[in-house]
Amino acid sequence: MSDWYTNFVNSGVGTTISKQLGLPRPAVLRRYEPGEPLLPGPVVVGTAGGGRLRDTVTAVLRDAGVTVLSPVAADGSTDGEKLGAVVLDATGLSGPGDLAAAHDFLAPAIRRLRASGRVVVLADPPAQAETPAQAAARQAVDGLTRSIGKELLNGSTANAIYVPEGAEASLASPLTFFLSGRSAYVDGQGVTLAAADVPASGDPEKPLAGKVAVVTGAARGIGASIAQVVARDGAHVVAVDIPAAGDSLAKVANEIGGTALQLDITAPDAPQRLVEHLRERHGGVDIVVHNAGITRDKLLVNMDAARWNSVMAVNLQAQLDITQALLDDGDVLKPGARVVSVSSQSGIAGNRGQTNYAASKAGVIGMVRAWAPRFAERGATINAVAPGFIVTEMTAKMPFGRREIGSRINSLSQGGLPVDVAETIAWLAQPGSAGVNGQVVRVCGQSMLGA
Amino acid sequence: MATPTRKAAIVGGNRIPFARSNTAYAQASNQDMLTATLDGLVARFGLQGESVGEVVAGAVLKHARDFNLTRESVLGSQLSPTTPAYDIQQACGTGLEAAILVANKIALGQIEAGIAGGVDTTSDAPLAVGDDLRRTLISLNNAKTVADRLKALARIRPGQLVPEIPRNAEPRTGLAMGDHAAITAKEWQIGREEQDELAVLSHQNMAAAYDRGFFDDLVTPYLGLTRDNNLRPDSSVEKLATLKPVFGTGDPDATMTAANSTPLTDGASAVLLASDEWAEAKGLPVLAHLVDAQTAAVDYVHGGEGLLMAPVYAVPVMLARNGLTLQDFDFYEIHEAFASTVLATMKAWEDPAYCKGKLGLDAPLGSIDRSKLNVNGSSLAAGHPFAATGGRIVAQLAKQLHEAGPGKRGLISICAAGGQGVVAILES
Repeated sequence: MSDWYTNFVNSGVGTTISKQLGLPRPAVLRRYEPGEPLLPGPVVVGTAGGGRLRDTVTAVLRDAGVTVLSPVAADGSTDGEKLGAVVLDATGLSGPGDLAAAHDFLAPAIRRLRASGRVVVLADPPAQAETPAQAAARQAVDGLTRSIGKELLNGSTANAIYVPEGAEASLASPLTFFLSGRSAYVDGQGVTLAAADVPASGDPEKPLAGKVAVVTGAARGIGASIAQVVARDGAHVVAVDIPAAGDSLAKVANEIGGTALQLDITAPDAPQRLVEHLRERHGGVDIVVHNAGITRDKLLVNMDAARWNSVMAVNLQAQLDITQALLDDGDVLKPGARVVSVSSQSGIAGNRGQTNYAASKAGVIGMVRAWAPRFAERGATINAVAPGFIVTEMTAKMPFGRREIGSRINSLSQGGLPVDVAETIAWLAQPGSAGVNGQVVRVCGQSMLGA
Repeated sequence: MATPTRKAAIVGGNRIPFARSNTAYAQASNQDMLTATLDGLVARFGLQGESVGEVVAGAVLKHARDFNLTRESVLGSQLSPTTPAYDIQQACGTGLEAAILVANKIALGQIEAGIAGGVDTTSDAPLAVGDDLRRTLISLNNAKTVADRLKALARIRPGQLVPEIPRNAEPRTGLAMGDHAAITAKEWQIGREEQDELAVLSHQNMAAAYDRGFFDDLVTPYLGLTRDNNLRPDSSVEKLATLKPVFGTGDPDATMTAANSTPLTDGASAVLLASDEWAEAKGLPVLAHLVDAQTAAVDYVHGGEGLLMAPVYAVPVMLARNGLTLQDFDFYEIHEAFASTVLATMKAWEDPAYCKGKLGLDAPLGSIDRSKLNVNGSSLAAGHPFAATGGRIVAQLAKQLHEAGPGKRGLISICAAGGQGVVAILES
């Protein structure tokens, strides 16, 4: 699915015309390719308010083969080497006054950011502050990061990671993700970490090696992309979709060396059949991606029961029932399991004509948050991703105007690709993401909707 | 008995939905359909790039260019190109015979796993040129001078240009298979109503099986078709009673209609067989084992026996060898070439005089519990792409047996053109 406008403004004559007319100029985003370095340039790491994570961050970056520059050199001149990313460690803020240091560090550093650069701000979670002033300073990081996201150009993004005391070991996986091309369309987001037993990292090219993953709705669109990325990262994928989609499901499974399971997830015996299949064929499951979803749009006043019920059944009830069956079974859900549910921007912002869809997708968020503590007890995690405007066959059928507006009203001025959603899910599924639990990560290019 | 051998396991199967002739698959070739079916099987069991011991399949109606149909299909599939393959053809017994051949090699330890299949299209049936035109074309090809070529071309007559269209008729009798079945139906006094009832039940059983998801792991949609398009869930005896007979119509009391006979159908099926060890190592299920099999043939030309009665002869031989009676089965799969064939087969086994006179048995085999017969529908509902039917039945019965639990036994009986029959026993 090519974005003609992005291609145009990045062509020779298109660049001139769009500059002169002052048109939005979406960049070609840096996306993850196996074998490529984590970042296209060095990283400068600065602190504000003390910064207890400096050494952790430096170690993570050095492990990833990234050159770390000191902030002194960064402050020294604004025309030095171009930066791949800027990391601000703002842990230890005691009040708003400490934020001045953030400004002092960030302003010159961001000037030196390359295209598709990254700004990552680390802070303590506001909810755990000891004083109102501390909470104010921590919360201020949210506004700061989101605004940077909106100011950045050329496909660069800004995200925040909230790291409580004791959760330092959880930082490597999310920090690496936000710096990498995997997070190309994740912008203006914040993720709160928890302390967890983080296993030693394996092959960074195959973070899911040896894992068994189930992906529902895998026959096409975002689901097929999830299956591809999860398989690329090393997992064996059990691709699930309704029997009627079995033809394309088989093609997806064959393409990625996975297996196809034709199953209507809303059938009363579906959870049991899935559990039995996973036990019999694979001895259990490590990764479950609840991706299957449908839309049956109508204004609420015109919506019949069938539209309401079918959307609820597929998008929410099936996720609940299957997850419950996996938990009840005892051992089919393997230790350290990862469940990732696909929610939606509509579930956060609401959408005209989508009361059923938005309700189901908001419900997914409630489900994930409620289950997170229970998953933490078993060393597992459950998270949601909420895609924004993702360019698929479905959006290709939208009227031109709506499609163009929908894809431009975000900080990256473009729609995301299915692979952007898939990369985020594959990251949450990594063993190293043990400290990311109960989170909702939007893959929306910092959409203005519901922000 | 020879030295004991291991029994081949049936791991599972795949088929595309069957399509009535010249409908959904009108543009698909045998190779297209068989390749898609193999790919669906590969996807179901994760066999991408895998070299299985052998793929055995065939088609009844086959173009000359498809001389290596199965191997070509393997090369076009996701299986490893190092997987050997060969074609067989035993009319409607092709699919089951392929499964028996693969099972036998597994039993003998010659291969660890194999795929048995079959495919047929009546939409893309091979057309042949007549003998006159063929001779002319050969002499044209042999001609050395322009004058000789022109001379050869001048011999072509418009009438020679009409291709020979294959007919569903027995070469030795010129009778359509349905007309043969009608003779047998009359001989055994098979009534119209019981044939229609059997047909309706087949449709209802198969529709119910689809609805409960039974075919979810047996069928992969193809070219927009998700279920067999011959299937009529709302079929009723009243509706069927209104149809005019199409076979044996010389007789005013003809009973065989388009509804209680299988239509010409396109489709393909494949079954994955393996040793228990191979299945275990791959984490794949064992649905059932192929215990034994038997073929038989009857002299329908001069011997006074019905064209489709050979399975009646094959079954008692196989039962005796295994120390079983006809009643020792939990499921019976009797291929519904025609409803009357199934009914005549059962009637023959119940008939003391026939069993003694023709089959040489002291006592009749007895009757079958009809509630155990074709419980998830058979060919009258699904349709009957000749070589693909055996694979459909083997996979379907194996799954039925697996669902019923360990130690269940099923009988397969398939009649075939040329007066042949192929039968087999599966056990979970």
